[in-house]
Amino acid sequence: MRPNDCKFLKSHEWCKVVDGIATIGITDYAVSHLSDLVFLDLPAKGSSVTIGESFGEIESVKAVSSLYSPVSGEVLDSNKDLPDNLDWLGQDPFGKAWMLKVRVTAVSPEVMDTKAYDAHCKAEG
Amino acid sequence: MHKTALESIHVNHGARMVPFCGWNMPVQYRGILDEARTVRTKAGLFDLGHMGRVKVHGKQAEAYLQRLQTNDVAAIPPGRIRYSMILDEQGLTQDDILVYRNPKNDGFFVVINAGNHDRDLAIMQKVAQGFDCVVEDHTFKLGMIAIQGPLSQQITQRLGTGDLSALKYYAWMETTVCGIRTTLSRTGYTGEDGFEVYVPTGTEPQVWNAFLEAGAGEGLTPIGLGARDTLRHEAGMPLYGHEINETTNPLEAGLDWAVKFNHDFVGRAALERVQQAGGTGRKLVGITSPSKRCPRQGYVITRGGKNVGVVCSGSISPTLDTNIATAYVQTDCTAPGTALEFVVRDKGEPCTVVPMPFYKRAR
Repeated sequence: MRPNDCKFLKSHEWCKVVDGIATIGITDYAVSHLSDLVFLDLPAKGSSVTIGESFGEIESVKAVSSLYSPVSGEVLDSNKDLPDNLDWLGQDPFGKAWMLKVRVTAVSPEVMDTKAYDAHCKAEG
Repeated sequence: MHKTALESIHVNHGARMVPFCGWNMPVQYRGILDEARTVRTKAGLFDLGHMGRVKVHGKQAEAYLQRLQTNDVAAIPPGRIRYSMILDEQGLTQDDILVYRNPKNDGFFVVINAGNHDRDLAIMQKVAQGFDCVVEDHTFKLGMIAIQGPLSQQITQRLGTGDLSALKYYAWMETTVCGIRTTLSRTGYTGEDGFEVYVPTGTEPQVWNAFLEAGAGEGLTPIGLGARDTLRHEAGMPLYGHEINETTNPLEAGLDWAVKFNHDFVGRAALERVQQAGGTGRKLVGITSPSKRCPRQGYVITRGGKNVGVVCSGSISPTLDTNIATAYVQTDCTAPGTALEFVVRDKGEPCTVVPMPFYKRAR
């Protein structure tokens, strides 16, 4: 059920790179484990993100989690409607609930394909 | 890792299991907000098999407990329960506990935190030297299930417990639940009415299923430890590792009501020194915040940008629909209404000192 054209980080972010532009979000697994989401903070257009570094925070009733970038590059756009519609993350984590569009200068060497990520989620339980 | 006899039932209920103090426990079933509301409005069922359970008996059991802990055990009537603490010689909190005096007055039952089980047992055995008493760990011989929420009594009553209406808050009795011999107390950690039952290990599934069946019509559902934490936080109840720990004393934590200076408990002299010194310079307070961000454990509290404290527990309150937190702050910042900030990502978010508890049920 997870899209085959996405790459994944162990920390449950996904990215899909098309023509040098990455769309970034978090996976259904991340959403189901965070549960009861209440706050999302994303970087502004024009800022930059770096592989392995935090690009934002997501908060649930119980905890705050950092969001880690699978790519480096300049933020071309962020999903401005998402922080006010966090239920989209539960409904469509790989579509409507995208978070960032980034002009990619590098992709993390640690990204996994869908099959490897499915196995990783299964191992985490 | 330890597991309770209910583990596979939790997994079948769709629970997310997490390691908690050495036990594999359900943290949530459907979602913390939904579960918390169920307990406030109807009733919820909790597996508390991880809690430590210790029996104390013998000729000097009472004298022993007076030495071990802060509350006045001599003043507990048979069949009643008191909240109390175990301190070290410095007056610092090693655990918070419940002390049950047996209804037949032939001993005591002590409930301790899972995370402190091993240390507590070591302290309890050490203090017991010199007293004619026996300290027996029954953690692995007993299971523990709680039902909490306004409908708890009517549901529990159906399981053949006998009349529960006469059982007072913080009182207990020996009875049966669906035919199984049990210890049943009117206690809990949610701020709602409810009961905690202790049954022989292995019988938990039968008792658990009997509760769920009896309460199905009223919407009784299983509740995870995540919602339990939120509920206790709203009710202003401390959690070891958050509001209280090895670096706090009961006076600054606002738990002086559970400390009686009429007996010689471990840590008493240190607490008297703290009293004579006029306190430690800080107190535990409640704060609320309208911010979009929520204060969390470890966040710094400031006043006008100056560091005045630190957050112990923070959560969104499903019942009050605002952010709530507990924090240790300097004593000049403790008055209700005091405007403070909590710092998240180097930015101060507004918050206000409020009286505790945040939530109190109508009685």
